[in-house]
Amino acid sequence: MNRFTAPLWVFLSLIVLLGVGLTLNPRELPSPLLGKPAPSFALPRLLAPQQNFSTAQMQGQVWLLNVWASWCAACVDEHALLLRLARAERAVPIVGLNYKDDPAQASAWLQTLGNPYAYIAVDRRGEVSLDYGVYGVPETYLIDQAGRVRVKQVGPLTAEIVEHSLRPWIQKLREEA
Amino acid sequence: MRRAIVIAAAVAVGMGPAMLLSASAASTVEVVSFATPQQENLYRKMLTELRCLVCANQSLSDSNAELAKDLRGKVQKMVAHGQNRAAIVAYMTNRYGEYILYRPRFSGATLLLWVSPLLLLLLGLAAAVRLVARKSSRSETAYSAAQLQKVGALLKDELN
Amino acid sequence: MIAELGQFALSVALVMALLQAALPLYGAHKNIPAWMAAAKPLAYSQLFLLTAAFASLTYCFVTHDFSVAYVATHSNRSLPLLYRISGVWGGHEGSLLLWSLILALWGGAVARFTRRMPAPMTARALAVMAMIGGGFLAFILFTSNPFTRLLPAPLVGRDLNPLLQDIGLAVHPPMLYIGYVGFSVVFAFTIAALLGGRLDAAWARWSRPWCNLAWVFLTLGITLGSWWAYYELGWGGWWFWDPVENASFMPWLAGTALLHSLAATEKRGVFKAWSALLAVLTFSLSLLGAFLVRSGVLTSVHAFATDPARGLFVLIFLAVICGASLALYAWRAPRRVSPVRFALLSREMALLLNNILLGALCFSVLLGTLYPLLLEAVSGVKISVGAPYFNFMFAVIGAPLAVCIGIGAWLRWKKHQLAHLPRSLSVAALLSLAAGLALPLLSGKYSFSVALGLTLGIWIMLTTLAMLWARTARGARLRDFAATPPAVYGMALAHIGVGVLIIGVAVSNAYSVEKDVRIAAGETFSLAGYDFQFNGTVKAPGANYESIRGEFLVRKNQQLVATLYPEKRTYLVMKTPMTEAAIDPGFTRDLYVALGEPLDDSAWAVRLYYKPLLRWIWLGALLMALGGLIAAADHRYRPLPRRERETEMPLRH
Repeated sequence: MNRFTAPLWVFLSLIVLLGVGLTLNPRELPSPLLGKPAPSFALPRLLAPQQNFSTAQMQGQVWLLNVWASWCAACVDEHALLLRLARAERAVPIVGLNYKDDPAQASAWLQTLGNPYAYIAVDRRGEVSLDYGVYGVPETYLIDQAGRVRVKQVGPLTAEIVEHSLRPWIQKLREEA
Repeated sequence: MRRAIVIAAAVAVGMGPAMLLSASAASTVEVVSFATPQQENLYRKMLTELRCLVCANQSLSDSNAELAKDLRGKVQKMVAHGQNRAAIVAYMTNRYGEYILYRPRFSGATLLLWVSPLLLLLLGLAAAVRLVARKSSRSETAYSAAQLQKVGALLKDELN
Repeated sequence: MIAELGQFALSVALVMALLQAALPLYGAHKNIPAWMAAAKPLAYSQLFLLTAAFASLTYCFVTHDFSVAYVATHSNRSLPLLYRISGVWGGHEGSLLLWSLILALWGGAVARFTRRMPAPMTARALAVMAMIGGGFLAFILFTSNPFTRLLPAPLVGRDLNPLLQDIGLAVHPPMLYIGYVGFSVVFAFTIAALLGGRLDAAWARWSRPWCNLAWVFLTLGITLGSWWAYYELGWGGWWFWDPVENASFMPWLAGTALLHSLAATEKRGVFKAWSALLAVLTFSLSLLGAFLVRSGVLTSVHAFATDPARGLFVLIFLAVICGASLALYAWRAPRRVSPVRFALLSREMALLLNNILLGALCFSVLLGTLYPLLLEAVSGVKISVGAPYFNFMFAVIGAPLAVCIGIGAWLRWKKHQLAHLPRSLSVAALLSLAAGLALPLLSGKYSFSVALGLTLGIWIMLTTLAMLWARTARGARLRDFAATPPAVYGMALAHIGVGVLIIGVAVSNAYSVEKDVRIAAGETFSLAGYDFQFNGTVKAPGANYESIRGEFLVRKNQQLVATLYPEKRTYLVMKTPMTEAAIDPGFTRDLYVALGEPLDDSAWAVRLYYKPLLRWIWLGALLMALGGLIAAADHRYRPLPRRERETEMPLRH
């Protein structure tokens, strides 16, 4: 390589980079929470407003936190899957985080579509969700026995994600315990 | 999906500088007030340095996405509680990652980004100086060699 | 019918482009005059066919032919005529067609205005331009056909994005494209010169006016885009460092470097290989811009509706055109360092320094734009690079450049004695430093960035004016001013423009006052010495939108300065809300009002801006463009000295 061929090599590596770039998804955003403790919170429950749900209750369990809202169209898409997950054998508890929603509409929504959640915490102003770095509803977090976030899924869950990401993780976490 | 992953279905002409096409071009006007002008300055500065995560490429100050509004509210609260730039940056990156920062932090991963333009500049300057030095030395030796030969030939002629 | 005609014209144009790419090239290689001579008529045929295709699409827009899919998605029955015409390039397909038409225009111009250029050079250059044109025509026909029919045809059309329903769309993209594409001429000349083994001063001389002209249009295009963004978007920003803006800025920086290095190559025969490389890089960066905009590889607010197939096509095209050019460069670039000597203090060195600094700036823009992609591809980590990074780089690298501008124009070719630098330079340095440091004191809020900006801006202006003055002798000022070549005036004007721009950027950035306020009808708000009185809103229907219009009376010291009518529009077809800011422009400051949201009965959230010297940014850019134009005209019409013409005529093979 000399100073006359150098531009060609630099350019060709740029082309390779751009080619790789074409295959990347600019929308995907890795979460810095992975492997870190999930922010703890205590919020009123949707279906029992006098009581609070607190993350402390889930200590020692593997559980899913699902951020949803009745106005969110994509939440409908994953709902059947959530219901199936909740009813499966050795199911992990699913906690719903109702995001910036009207409680009445949220309850009605669950009544129509079914309720997969063990608890539903109401995040009326989205402050807890902000702590979790939520940027697109629905979002789902897998949290381990020690309260650390293991998986974060932005956008609706699919059967594929459950099979290839959630289930293996849950298995692994339970075996380790 | 009212907000979420819907990112500006772009309809537009491209290539032109500054035709920001997000879902809506209505400006975001929020009436905020702070105890001191320093706080207000910090607030404004932070809004331009933080990225709206769900927008195509807009800072918090330019976006009217729901998330941007929430994050602006958070920044406002933190500033009003007297927290400084570092605290706000730490809060944001702990939740959303480095992606939210329009001013990438200096680290191993961004070393090349920050250093290489300046490095290139220095290399260029060094090359320019070398070019001048080489030019003067080379052409001088070439000149004197030719001269020497000529002189030698002339001398030979003279002697013969 | 008309759409099919356009489609037909495009297809024939592609065939013609292939012929134009092959015949003259082969003719030049084998020295067959007839084949070389085919280049010009073929270039004219391109121009004719693309004009026909473009006219067809325009006709479809004007007559509301919604059976053409592109028209249906980018126009509407109620769209005013002006926007139906500019809407032709309001989307991906049409803007590509505009790109091709402009390339054909440049091709026609090359055919027409290079009578004195050696035939093989013209033939090769036109062949190279046809390769580029052919690639884009294939891109249009195979992935982005604007003439595709949509059946059954919709009745009304989906409408043009309201943001684009503006005079900005009519003028900004054409100017910008003329600039982008214009660099293909210098590119083609360079490839032709490399192929012919004649990378010499004559090549630089042919290239310079074309380079200047392309640069002028690119400058204007970028300026118009910045101005459009400022008044149309409701945020008052004029530059966002968005990847797509950077895509237009990189060729500008490289083109500016090229402009300067070509001067040295022409006048002194130095930096030949470097100028050739810059010519290739400048156009490559234009193509890279096309890729970035049309592939969706970067997240930008401007991007077209993207499609991976299109991205791949442009990438392959970019790889072929630029890869082949750089390979040719590696193979044929002159190896020998030109024996022309110059000293550390010389005009050559100043131009080289200019190139190094501009090169570093261009590299920082490229790096900042692509680094997130690079990092993600290598490590999966996502970061953002935005305005703070670019502003930092431009301050650090741009400031020395500004200092050099002031000195460079003074230096003689070859060697300049330090002692011969006039005393006026030190005076200018002292004056600008004093003024730059002192002036911010007047504002009541000292800003070091303003002090720096003012110092550099005043320095450039003083040294440039002094340089003009020094060209004249006492007692013969008028005669000497008249004898000064236009190119020198062009350079001076452009450099002064840089100074004006620096001052505008520094002052408006540091001293702008921005306030979001709640204001009710009848109330007054004071900002930066101006009293904004809000008189409430009225409904004001428009051609294809509904509008709420506010009225603001702006007073200073009880004197009415301006009456401003900001609007909030809702376009009927797309239901998009749009903020139309109201601006009172001025030489010393802009006042800016944008309506936000209604808060209750009569109160609104309103954004108010006071932006001092904002217009200087565009004024500076316009001066630069005007300077470039004057310089281009000078070269263009300067007849070659007889001696040179004779040495250039013989064909060498």
